Amino acid sequence: MSKITINIDGRDVETQEGEYILNAARANDIFIPAICYLTRCSPTLACRLCLVEADGKQVYACNAKSKEGMSVVTVTEGITKERRAIMEVYDVNHPLECGVCDQSGECELQNYTLEMGVDAQSYAVKDVNRKDVDWGHIHYNPGLCIVCERCVTTCKDMIGDNALKTVPRGADALEAEYKDSMPKDAYAMWNKLNKSLIGLTSGEEMLDCTSCGECAAVCPVGALVDTHFIYKSNAWELKQIPATCGHCSAGCQITYDVKHTGIDNTEKKIYRVMNEWNYVALCGAGRYGFDYQNMVEAKDEVVFKKAIEAFKKADTIAFTSTITNEEAYLLQQLKEKFGYKLINSEAKSFQIFLDEYSKISGTMLYGYDLEATHNANFVISVGTALKSDNPNARYALNNSMTVNKGAGIYFHPVKDPVIEGLGKSIMSVYHAPLQEEAILYLILDLFGDKTKLPSEIVEYLASFHGEKTITVEEIIKEEIIEIVKVKKVNEETGEEEEIEQEKKTMVPKKISKEVVVDDNRLLKIVGAGEKFMEELEKNLAKKDTFALIAGADLYTHPNSKNLARLLALIEKYSAFELVMIPNLTNTLGVSLICELDDDRGTYTIGYNTKGNFTLSALGDGDLDMPAINQQEGTLTSINKRVNPTNAAVGYKGYELNDIANELGIISELVIDYTSKLPTKKGFKAKNFDDLPNHYDNDGTEHRGYLLENMAVSAQSDESVAKFNDEILEGTLIYLANPVRQFSDFTNKATNLDEVAGLYMSEEFLSRSEFNEGDSVRVKNQNGEIIVNIVSDNKISGDIALLPTFDSKINSEALFSSYRFATASIERV
Amino acid sequence: MHNEHNEHLKNRNVSELDVNYYMVDIKDYPTDSWGKFKRVVQRSFRGELFVGLWVVLREMIRFDIHTVKYPEEKMPIGPRYRAVHEMKRLWESDTERCIGCGLCEKICISNCIRIDTKIDENSRKEVSEYSINLGRCIFCGYCAEVCPELAITHGGEYENASDQREHFIMYQDMLTPLDTMKAGAQREFEGFGAITPHEDERVKKTPLAY
Repeated sequence: MSKITINIDGRDVETQEGEYILNAARANDIFIPAICYLTRCSPTLACRLCLVEADGKQVYACNAKSKEGMSVVTVTEGITKERRAIMEVYDVNHPLECGVCDQSGECELQNYTLEMGVDAQSYAVKDVNRKDVDWGHIHYNPGLCIVCERCVTTCKDMIGDNALKTVPRGADALEAEYKDSMPKDAYAMWNKLNKSLIGLTSGEEMLDCTSCGECAAVCPVGALVDTHFIYKSNAWELKQIPATCGHCSAGCQITYDVKHTGIDNTEKKIYRVMNEWNYVALCGAGRYGFDYQNMVEAKDEVVFKKAIEAFKKADTIAFTSTITNEEAYLLQQLKEKFGYKLINSEAKSFQIFLDEYSKISGTMLYGYDLEATHNANFVISVGTALKSDNPNARYALNNSMTVNKGAGIYFHPVKDPVIEGLGKSIMSVYHAPLQEEAILYLILDLFGDKTKLPSEIVEYLASFHGEKTITVEEIIKEEIIEIVKVKKVNEETGEEEEIEQEKKTMVPKKISKEVVVDDNRLLKIVGAGEKFMEELEKNLAKKDTFALIAGADLYTHPNSKNLARLLALIEKYSAFELVMIPNLTNTLGVSLICELDDDRGTYTIGYNTKGNFTLSALGDGDLDMPAINQQEGTLTSINKRVNPTNAAVGYKGYELNDIANELGIISELVIDYTSKLPTKKGFKAKNFDDLPNHYDNDGTEHRGYLLENMAVSAQSDESVAKFNDEILEGTLIYLANPVRQFSDFTNKATNLDEVAGLYMSEEFLSRSEFNEGDSVRVKNQNGEIIVNIVSDNKISGDIALLPTFDSKINSEALFSSYRFATASIERV
Repeated sequence: MHNEHNEHLKNRNVSELDVNYYMVDIKDYPTDSWGKFKRVVQRSFRGELFVGLWVVLREMIRFDIHTVKYPEEKMPIGPRYRAVHEMKRLWESDTERCIGCGLCEKICISNCIRIDTKIDENSRKEVSEYSINLGRCIFCGYCAEVCPELAITHGGEYENASDQREHFIMYQDMLTPLDTMKAGAQREFEGFGAITPHEDERVKKTPLAY
């Protein structure tokens, strides 16, 4: 892609070759009206408002690509007429109930109706009965719907659920005279609009998707609304608190929309979560899991004194990564001053993994981010239950497939119908647990530059290759000579007579042929199907940008160090752009800021985890702490970005900084530490109040700052141990949450109603002796727990899932560190 | 230049600059007790007092009294008078006019209106809580003017003495009682927000395909 210059309305603007005119204009603050287009998705061409004249020809700016020297005019007399007619058409039969509509003025229909100066209506068509329907977490009012299909587009191109589609409206045909009397595009747009409404792809009555609510967020009118928000508040009453989602490592930009709780309660309450949907897509946890604050009425001095005593007594602080960078920094300060041991096992495993990775890569952090995945056209995911570990990584995978015509491979032991539903060009390979090393070797084998890879690895990879003779069936065309009788008129006699004639025909024939082909044993080891190579070859056609997503299965793997080295080699010697999914919200930040220890001492302070004395933002500990939506601070995301977040709701209790102050590490506010985060690890000495939090019109992200990927001295030794083909025998369990759940914080949110239990696929349940709701004992050498069985249609196959989001179920008790284990399941 | 300008601003002794001021000639207040006593006597027994007393006496004899005997008697209030708010009902169905749009809450310049809404069983917007803090209301009439449904209007009820500063009025108290509706006695408000004459001629009609 090269830089070109095009001219829009007399202004020369620089853009990329092949960029849509609309995006080029938007990036340069030139206004072209458009309703149906969504940045990062493919053009829908439903609204036709973005009509412009490019080099004298009328085109739609959302799908016409820029060419060098192109001259674009955004407004002509004809275009103005078309646009006004289009807006009139949108207003036909649209209820004038703006006063009660939940869009409450944030309405694109209203804006463009005024923009186009529509002050009278010239068109009419008989309306159909459009009653509103409840789809579960989403409420659809077809009466307000303008069928711009933005919901359908985002669900298909960004989210990948394909849960919505257009359905027939069942309206009368438009009056014939309109065809001649109306502007052409307006008529064509109306003709299509009048035939459709939005419906569910499944044909069911309720939505059964991954419940992200992105459809309601992108809706330009009030047709799709979050059910929990219907008629709760006008948009103008809500104050938007810019923040960063505190649930997973994606660090999505959000705003908490807050208002007083009620007419007699002035306490702030979060009414909804909004996002810059053109540049960021949220998951269900981010959108609906907002009320996880820890409501504390007052400072409890007695408990605080006990906390200080506990800190004086303690030698260990155990914590989870659901804290801000500043808090992590405070914990590190406490360690340096008082010698506490810091215990955080998941951050520790990530830290070790990154360390090992750096030894080969020479950089402290993985080289790329999810933005690279969005822009790639061949994506591999390995070692992560993508849809629940980091929904944004799944959106990136889906987005690269739909918009960049990409393809990909999803390596994971748990069968996932959601990933399969993304499309055929994403191949799923369900391998055995513990075989992640084989997969990374396979990726090296398939994509690595063998001329540069260390020779012992090349040799090792070659050892898996052999030749095998297979019988292939081929269809060839064979010439057959037939003798047919033809009736012909004898020219001499004039009579018709039969003569024999030779006729040559080509007939397809199946033959079996024996051919010698390359036999890659790695494919068999990872469980790739017979047709894998064939499909891969097809999917790799025209692919030039590659991305690799690696996840937590690798960090907890018994041979995680080998895996880290292999990832570094893949990044170094292949075209793959690597990104690693940090386990929890701020695992990356914690692993950079804190020096973590392995073993607990005798007396432990637990922060959001059980200890001898527990500080908890969940409200279940000895001393209350503020949750992330009650705090100012920064969070480090998967994209290596230090994102600022602000307090949405009030907090009247003590925070970690109060304890630190009491212990002699003095600072008025915890955000005073933002500028002190370790620059050696790539943080910048920037004050919290100077951190920006917005996007430019062209999508450039200005949120906090990017971590500098510091160089570290790399080892010359690039060897990696051979993998062992140990496998886990028996009934498998996997430590993973259902979609929309990450931690006890999401579990606390009222709008997220997932029930914790042993998740079994419908397929697994029907073949087993168990029923949904059965209480079972899950037991292995590590421990045992008793849980209820929950049927989960978002997984398939024979692996049962145990969640971590509900601390009432102590799932971790069954796992040594690796996310897979074997266990026996018996009814109690 | 800059300094001169500053000096001019700093010189706040206006009387020295402006010669147009003049002093009113007022006698000095008496300082001694005799002087004070004289002043009291002079002020108390002036002839003007009897002028006023005579007017009262004259009118009493004539029996032509203009004083309204409040609270037994009350003056009629003009139809545009802006006193305590009322919530109107629809003539057609007796249902409440308020749709819960919240515009009154938004426009209120003294921030005294608060409204909570929810979805009702017919999936319509319903007002669940509505209050006006009359202690803060300045009776400007913006709420009535902005109301798209002519639901909130001002009424004639001006007697709102209360034993506390924050006197709230709730939705139910403002709403026209049903028996008033049944009797056809709901009064339309003619002030802010009411429909102006000849409105029909100014409205453009939307074509209908029925």
